[in-house]
Amino acid sequence: MRKKYLAGIAAMAAAALAMTGCTGGGTAPSASSGGEVTLEFAQWWEPELPAGSLRGLMDQFEAQNPGIKVKLISGPYASTKEQVVAGAAAGTMSDVVGLDGAWVNDFVKQGSLANLSDLMKSANFDESQLAAQVKLNGSTYMIPVANFVYPMFVNEDLLKTANVAKVPSNRTEFAAAAAAVTKTGKAAGWVLPLDTATPNGIQNDVMSWVWASGGSMLKDGQPNLVGNAEVKDVMTFIKGMYDAGSIAKGTFTMKEQDKVNEFTNGRVGMMIDSLAHVNLIRKENKDLKFSVAAIPAADGYSGKRGMPYASWGIGVANNSKHQAEAFKLVSFLMGKDVNATLCNSAHAFPGNTQSVPDFVNSDPIFKQAFEIYQAGTATNEFTGLPVAEDLMRSFDEEFQKYLAGKQSADEALAASQTAWEAAFKG
Amino acid sequence: MTSASLPVTGAQQLGSPRQRPGVTRKVKTTLVPYGYLTPTMVLLVVLMVIPIVMVIGYSLMDNVIMKKNPQFVGFKHYSDILTSESFWNAVTNTLFFTGVSVIAHLVIGLAFALMLNTPLLGNRTKALFRTIYVLPWLFTVAIIAVLWRLLLEPNGVVNYLLMAGHLTGTQVEWLSQPETALFAVTFINIWSGYPFYMTSLLAGLQGIPTDYYEAAQVDGASAWQRFTSITLPQLKPIIISMALLDFIWTTQQFALIWMTTGGGPLGTTEMLSTYTYKLAFSKYQFGTASAAAVIVLVISMTLAFFYVRAQKARD
Repeated sequence: MRKKYLAGIAAMAAAALAMTGCTGGGTAPSASSGGEVTLEFAQWWEPELPAGSLRGLMDQFEAQNPGIKVKLISGPYASTKEQVVAGAAAGTMSDVVGLDGAWVNDFVKQGSLANLSDLMKSANFDESQLAAQVKLNGSTYMIPVANFVYPMFVNEDLLKTANVAKVPSNRTEFAAAAAAVTKTGKAAGWVLPLDTATPNGIQNDVMSWVWASGGSMLKDGQPNLVGNAEVKDVMTFIKGMYDAGSIAKGTFTMKEQDKVNEFTNGRVGMMIDSLAHVNLIRKENKDLKFSVAAIPAADGYSGKRGMPYASWGIGVANNSKHQAEAFKLVSFLMGKDVNATLCNSAHAFPGNTQSVPDFVNSDPIFKQAFEIYQAGTATNEFTGLPVAEDLMRSFDEEFQKYLAGKQSADEALAASQTAWEAAFKG
Repeated sequence: MTSASLPVTGAQQLGSPRQRPGVTRKVKTTLVPYGYLTPTMVLLVVLMVIPIVMVIGYSLMDNVIMKKNPQFVGFKHYSDILTSESFWNAVTNTLFFTGVSVIAHLVIGLAFALMLNTPLLGNRTKALFRTIYVLPWLFTVAIIAVLWRLLLEPNGVVNYLLMAGHLTGTQVEWLSQPETALFAVTFINIWSGYPFYMTSLLAGLQGIPTDYYEAAQVDGASAWQRFTSITLPQLKPIIISMALLDFIWTTQQFALIWMTTGGGPLGTTEMLSTYTYKLAFSKYQFGTASAAAVIVLVISMTLAFFYVRAQKARD
């Protein structure tokens, strides 16, 4: 009897040790059995798309590529990021990964992303159909599959109540409209989320003003904040509205979803936000009358307007044993029709220049946004920068101190420049 | 004197047949306890020892994980952290947050436990209050964070009530103002944590023999004297153990801070946990983050040592 116990315990211990051994290795996630390859595809897209739509596309891919199966590893954005970071570190990154442009630089440095330029060449993939590519040192590491642009959203009723006849198109008009809406006592003029846990407000709601007027926060790919009149102008413009009380309260710890909630509930007149939220806003408040417009530019500016965008990017893991098959999935998703279908479900603008999703013509707001998108330039200077999120956070912290009156704009810019330069050096 | 000797067989000469069962049994007797311990030991090694050793190792290397061939840098990360203003800001905030939370948890938990143990209230009333008081404990941290963000937002219920009661003239940005944010997150933590004390202290109170109180009453002791001379000394072991446990848990509080303020505004709610997380998952400085984690580990181990000592003394 005892022998049996001992044998059992020994077996358990051996199994536990074997499991430990398994976790230590950097094994590739894809598996092949009997000539069939199973690709892992980690992304945050599936929960954000209508149920079953991404799986449906994967089934289509599997039918077109016998011998390749796709296993979707889905989760919310934040946990996908952590999972990809951990996978990159352990060498167990999924074969195909959903990427944010802000992560690319770090993963490339780490050597965890495959060079897509090489894979495109091997697969004879026509690069000209791609709307954009995220390149580092001349090689592509991420391809934007779907783009979410960030125009200005306007609550038409609130503007009407505030006697603002025209949607603002320059900063002076915007500040005046924001003040007028605030003066009604019914809502705040504008909303600015600066939460440091998710500091993308710096990208979407602050730097977007710089890009909308053709400005830049970089020079030759390096930080250029000190003495940058374009960035300083935006800071002083926002500070003016902050001091005037035209910005919704709670800005320092406000998150993006709070911003959308404030607008949806008719508590702010204007916001800069992703088009991805249009349907959510409509669902949550059917009576809200809103429209979209280009982000107002500096007074007198007549050049092309930059509009911030965020992408659902895609890349292939360097540790994947089936990079050719993984790239087949990438090229499938970038195909004209498939890309249009995916972007139609996501209400995003396509990564393939030839794709035209239906919603662009069928929905007036998206039609309007598509026209703005085509008239301007999709700009996101944080894409491809090292520790992009940390750059946003360090700027955010200094910007908050400036807004709170604890330092001047020049001091904030100098402190941010120092932090950014240190981050660029790695 | 004659001596007789029995013939010795070859096998007996080797001594095996008679001695083997004895030796095997001895070996078995010695090994069996280890056999029983093996699964636990393996789990402890896999889930505790290996990760801790790895993190300590990482803390001595030049930005591991992000570099393929990290270099040994000794205690550089430790000196960087210990000379960093942000780290000491996080330490100060953590100490305030933890200290106030633990004291408030104890005071509120004890007060509610005494109320629920009093003979002055009927059983139904006690059951009702017990249910109400224990509610905060039933919510997960995510729910608590969302709930209090909604309550404390400038347009939230708290400001509405304060303004309706003419206690304030403007909307207070509880979580967004540097002056109020740390107090607000500490308050939320107190609200969510006191039921743990209340439940445990109530169990402790119910275990105090009523004879003590009766004897004290006969001797003419006042209610306050009974509380300080009987109740508190009887609850002392529970209070010490729980305060130490609470201290350890609260120093590690991450989710609540991250989901309410993210360490802001202006770093006023930055804790050791959020500071470490940002180093790892925002700056990707896993070496420095590991050093910060090791410092937190040392603090926790010190507290755990006192906890174990208190437990031993109690036993």
